[in-house]
Amino acid sequence: MNVVILGCGRVGSTLARMMYKDGHTVTVIDLQSEAFRRLGTKYKGQRIVGNGIDEDVLRRAGIENADIFVSVSQGDNRNIMAAQIARHVFGVKNVIARIYDPIRADRYRQLGLVTLCTTTIASGLIRDFAANGEWGLAKDYSQEYITHAV
Amino acid sequence: MYVIIVGGGNIGYYLAKQLVAAKHEVLLLEKDRLRYRTVSEELGEVVMQGDGCEVAQQTEAGFGRADAVVAVTGSDDDNLVVCQMAKLEHNVPRTISRVNDPRNEKLFHKLGVDATVSSTKIIYNLIEQEVGGGEVIPLAALNRGNIEIVEVEIGARSPVLDGDIKSLQLPSEALIISVIRGGHAILPTGETTFAVGDSVVILVNADREHELRHVFSEGV
Repeated sequence: MNVVILGCGRVGSTLARMMYKDGHTVTVIDLQSEAFRRLGTKYKGQRIVGNGIDEDVLRRAGIENADIFVSVSQGDNRNIMAAQIARHVFGVKNVIARIYDPIRADRYRQLGLVTLCTTTIASGLIRDFAANGEWGLAKDYSQEYITHAV
Repeated sequence: MYVIIVGGGNIGYYLAKQLVAAKHEVLLLEKDRLRYRTVSEELGEVVMQGDGCEVAQQTEAGFGRADAVVAVTGSDDDNLVVCQMAKLEHNVPRTISRVNDPRNEKLFHKLGVDATVSSTKIIYNLIEQEVGGGEVIPLAALNRGNIEIVEVEIGARSPVLDGDIKSLQLPSEALIISVIRGGHAILPTGETTFAVGDSVVILVNADREHELRHVFSEGV
């Protein structure tokens, strides 16, 4: 699978390492080249320095052949706009945007984007854990990440 | 008219001042506390501190009864989301966005923004105008659909000089609506010929605008 990831923070870099280890073709975009340090030494995929809402940068990252585009940069609005460019300009089939603001996450989901609101996911899991003492559906992947040292 | 401006930079500030002077009801939303203080010292209660993308603050600012929302921050992504949320949440009848990357104008229209302004494109067009005749200058975009009104000035080296309209190889979906000669607008017929100094006003599908350039280009 060809994977393009916008944002090389904690989530972007971890996702890149995991999917690279699984054998996918991965490209990561970030505004700052220092962010790519988070990718570690085993990741050999592509790194693109640039603005993820610039069509030329996305093209350089191979978005025209991407099977999936994931926007997990720091800004909700940047993720929203990049996801809409991926979908409407480049016709990427699977587009996922991480959006911290629950309301924006909900509205853009209604517009047809796949949105991931980690704010409500984490809060809900903690609330349920506090109430019933058990974890919800979320699986914790940290063991996989640590033992396989991706 | 109630106009809400998002972004208190120079554009937002001067726009708010002009609209207030023209007796419109205006609200200027600025996210940054420092900038908010500076602007509100001069404009007073017209300025509110807040994030124009947050629904709660949009509601507080009265987006629900706004006639127009204008997003003029320095970031295209913020401007897009301000306009989209204004439409989705509050059904604002007219949203206008500043666009830094001119290529985003098309995208923004597709994503529901009613009007866009790109200073980059305007300045570029002005420079092109200086360089040579025969340039196709966009005058306005029609609200719905992909139609633009453009103007072409006929210079001394124009390939269409002394020819008439019916012999022009116009692209389909292009219509000459007026020829402006010596300050007077002429409603042209097929027999109208072009003269040096004419401005030709054309209604054209935006995707075919480049074909017009071939017709009128003077080859600098």
